[in-house]
Amino acid sequence: MDGFFEILGFAFMQRALAAGLLVALMSGLLGTFVVQRRLSFLGDGLAHAAFGGMGIGALAVVTFGVLDAGGGWLRHPLWVALPFALLTALGIAYVRDRTDLSSDTAIGVFFAVSVALGVLAFSRIPPDVNLGFNVMDLLFGSILAVRATELTAIAVAAVVVVATLGSVWGRLAYATFDDELARTDGVRARRLEYLLFVLAAIVVAVSAVVVGIVLMAAYLVIPAAAARLWSRSLAGMSARAVAIGMTTTLVGVVASFYLDAPTGSAIILTQAAVFVAAVVLRRR
Amino acid sequence: MVAARAATRAASPVPALHVHDVTVRFGDALVLDGVRFDLDPGHFLAIVGPNGAGKSTLVKVALGLITPQRGHAAIFGHDAGDAPERIGYVPQLKTFDRTFPATAVELVVSGIRRNWPVRVGQAERARAMAALGDVGAEALADRSLARLSGGELQRAFLARALVREPDLVLLDEPATGVDFLAEHDLYDLLERYQARRGATVAMVTHDLAAARFHASRVLVLNRRLHGYGLPEDVLCDACLQEAFGHVGHRHAVAL
Repeated sequence: MDGFFEILGFAFMQRALAAGLLVALMSGLLGTFVVQRRLSFLGDGLAHAAFGGMGIGALAVVTFGVLDAGGGWLRHPLWVALPFALLTALGIAYVRDRTDLSSDTAIGVFFAVSVALGVLAFSRIPPDVNLGFNVMDLLFGSILAVRATELTAIAVAAVVVVATLGSVWGRLAYATFDDELARTDGVRARRLEYLLFVLAAIVVAVSAVVVGIVLMAAYLVIPAAAARLWSRSLAGMSARAVAIGMTTTLVGVVASFYLDAPTGSAIILTQAAVFVAAVVLRRR
Repeated sequence: MVAARAATRAASPVPALHVHDVTVRFGDALVLDGVRFDLDPGHFLAIVGPNGAGKSTLVKVALGLITPQRGHAAIFGHDAGDAPERIGYVPQLKTFDRTFPATAVELVVSGIRRNWPVRVGQAERARAMAALGDVGAEALADRSLARLSGGELQRAFLARALVREPDLVLLDEPATGVDFLAEHDLYDLLERYQARRGATVAMVTHDLAAARFHASRVLVLNRRLHGYGLPEDVLCDACLQEAFGHVGHRHAVAL
């Protein structure tokens, strides 16, 4: 226990834990709806859209020097990843809404295009150019290297996501239970679905910088999936998803420090252990 | 003449369900073609017709879920979708997502709130328990919906529809997937509710025998309206032949 408080003394660890806990909070609340609406692939799709956006952003910086305004503050890949993920989210929602294609097909198309754009963009950047960030960190995350500006972005996103979800929770849950039944009671289900996709884009774009593009989807899905197996109500599922996400983040970050293991992997593997326990010990 | 017509209109009640020249197309497919009828309050209407006849579409037009390309529907004089508090809707159970984590009491409370509850308050719970009690499903209150049988689920959905004491109960194939006894109980519950509240019931069904026994009005639909009136007048061989293309097995209507 002394060791735990000892590592809390490090500023980078405080930032890492704060960022991880806020990501767990947002992911748990949102993941409940993502899992229940069978959109588990959405997190993957949007994280890869963020990757495409980062690639395009990086190329724009190198080629045109754009985003260099504000003393380089805008150089952070998040500022391109976020709008790109938002556009992708709206694109997926639009295709889902206006065509007979299923969500996984719509997501799959945008996923592939985003990765292709990202790879193409990064391939056009000479290897000796200093982008200010590491592409490997984008893919696999670097929670222990979270900067104050990133933590601020995550905190702002968390306030937006919690406040928005809090104000629409009852209607969104109703539409998730049964879109038609909710609409007969005046719930604007289609509008809420677009809102859900926009919130997912925000969560994924700000969190992918921390936990990595490859692992982001798991963060959104695994705690909620484990929580579902232990819950008989949607509100209970939400609360448990947040609790599981936060606990596994805490355990994962501390374990990675002592075991000298990649933090993203440690968190996701801890979540996976909880999921396996939930499958074995599920409520009947 | 105008005065006479106005007087007649004033004397007749506002229809519980007014469907005027409703035409619905999905792409190239004509689903409803100029359907028009009025259902007076207090009746039990059975909407019958073959698969793909537009029965569920008609219910969705009445609920305001589908906007027809031509015509309109009104519930007690309100445009479709404008009076949700006066309608209790029981959807087809086959569309229900059984993986959704919810208890029967939460389902009923959603009918009270017209919203999904984060937590159920005492007063709401008491009201929901009374509604579940009315349909003989009090014991199901805290059971997970995923664990309920077809008949139990149907009672929970019926309690949800009736908890707000609607003037019009709309049901879409409520007897599908439930056994004979549960079906019998359903009609019994609906008739008792109707007697208590003077409510109107409109139900889509494939069961012509149920339509004959329980309905006071029957509407035969196959995109167009093929008959509307008393069960004994409408469920005749000629009407069924016209709508279904055949009269079916004798036992279907002769029970």
